[in-house]
Amino acid sequence: MEQREFAIKVVSPAAFVLAMFLAWEAACRAFNVPLAILPAPSDVFAALWQYRKAIIDNSWVTLWTTLAGFGIATVFGLALGIAIGWHRAIYAGIYPVLVGFNSVPKVAVVPVLILWFGLGEVPAILTAFLISFFPIVVNVATGLATTEPELEDVLRALGASKLDVMRKVGIPRSLPYFFGSLKVAITLAFVGAVVSETVGSNKGIGKLMLDAQAAFQVPIVFAGLLVLAVLGILLYAATAVIEARFTGWAFRGQASR
Amino acid sequence: MAYGRGAAAVRAIDEVTLDIAKGEFIAVVGPSGCGKSSLMRLISGLHPTLGGTLTVEGKAVTGPVRSVGMAFQNSNLLPWRTALENVLLPLEIVQPYRRDFSKEKYSAKAKALLESVGLGGFTGKHPWELSGGMQQRTSICRALIHEPEILLLDEPFGALDAFTREELWCALRDLQAARKVTVMLVTHDLREAVFLADTVYVMSSRPGRIVRRCQVPMPRPRDLEVTYTQQFQDVVHELRALIGKH
Repeated sequence: MEQREFAIKVVSPAAFVLAMFLAWEAACRAFNVPLAILPAPSDVFAALWQYRKAIIDNSWVTLWTTLAGFGIATVFGLALGIAIGWHRAIYAGIYPVLVGFNSVPKVAVVPVLILWFGLGEVPAILTAFLISFFPIVVNVATGLATTEPELEDVLRALGASKLDVMRKVGIPRSLPYFFGSLKVAITLAFVGAVVSETVGSNKGIGKLMLDAQAAFQVPIVFAGLLVLAVLGILLYAATAVIEARFTGWAFRGQASR
Repeated sequence: MAYGRGAAAVRAIDEVTLDIAKGEFIAVVGPSGCGKSSLMRLISGLHPTLGGTLTVEGKAVTGPVRSVGMAFQNSNLLPWRTALENVLLPLEIVQPYRRDFSKEKYSAKAKALLESVGLGGFTGKHPWELSGGMQQRTSICRALIHEPEILLLDEPFGALDAFTREELWCALRDLQAARKVTVMLVTHDLREAVFLADTVYVMSSRPGRIVRRCQVPMPRPRDLEVTYTQQFQDVVHELRALIGKH
């Protein structure tokens, strides 16, 4: 990596994060903020270290339920997106239902899921899935709908079937949209899993934070938030790497610069 | 053939007969909007006929014709495929190649074709790494790889600069001479039509009709020098006069 590149991509975000923590620490000390309102970063990191075992255990549960929900959402979203992009009648039929479904706050659905599947990982997985499949569907359908008719003409002039056109043009053409939507979907899946854990669960970061809050263990609550933020960044970065790998042709501008 | 419905419909093409012999190179010229492209889309079967019949080789055309290769004004290469993969595309669709298609099997064929238009060193490049002229060459290779009986070219050089265009005229001339393929070229460039074609058809606008069938007297294949001769100029001039009037 070039030195300049290194400075921009590594040093600058690291410096910004450090400055943020320092400002937070300084503010807490200067105004003597009580621990129960806003703990300083030093207290949060101390709590993080002290309760590391419980935090790691619960993070693991949150992480795998998120990934499971996200995995289902990816497969289902891709399939539904292709179906919607396939024909205008399917699009017209499904779309209103889909929008209505997406408008229901998923918090309201969690109690129903718990009722059906009991406390545990299943409601968290399903919430993660329900909240994250929508952007995938919409993006895949958009990618298919915006395929240049000229590109399709090339295949149709050869006598290609609708399925051929989809396989050779439609789907490759909409992959950048698909991978772009994964970045949104992974963060949403994460939110879904934690929301479900907060409403009712026996494990997970959400549950840990809920218990800590009930016991006025505010530093642990903040430690949980910190872990969520870090996990969120990691998951986002992972999908961004996958995106760049599979759809490099769509990002040639940045790559060649 | 007409676009639109009822009173607002535009009659685009009326009573057109093109007589094309095997191995012949014909060009269709005419003013903008005279239905040249529509005619080509009809022949290829991309556009369904609306009121009227269309026959190619005595058979009515109902859908895309399999024995046709087509190239357009834009190269329309798939950006996620390399030049080689773009050229291989028709073989993944058209029988009999499709049945036993594998990249390894047909790579040599596609490479040889690309080499014949001077793109031997660019087979692994993506479309955005190629110049406009190179993209158009690749596009013409793609239209030829499955050995169609007729090559349909819809203003293939319209988006190129004058020098690149002349270069590609020669590339197309040599390809056609080597493979003896029948070519129908739609263009609004009279010099292009006269330089490349055996026969030039002139169309009038709305509704599109053939107003003149002109045999180009110079023998083919022609050298680029021919375009500066008096005889060549006269033919172009005569055609130009036809287009202004109708």
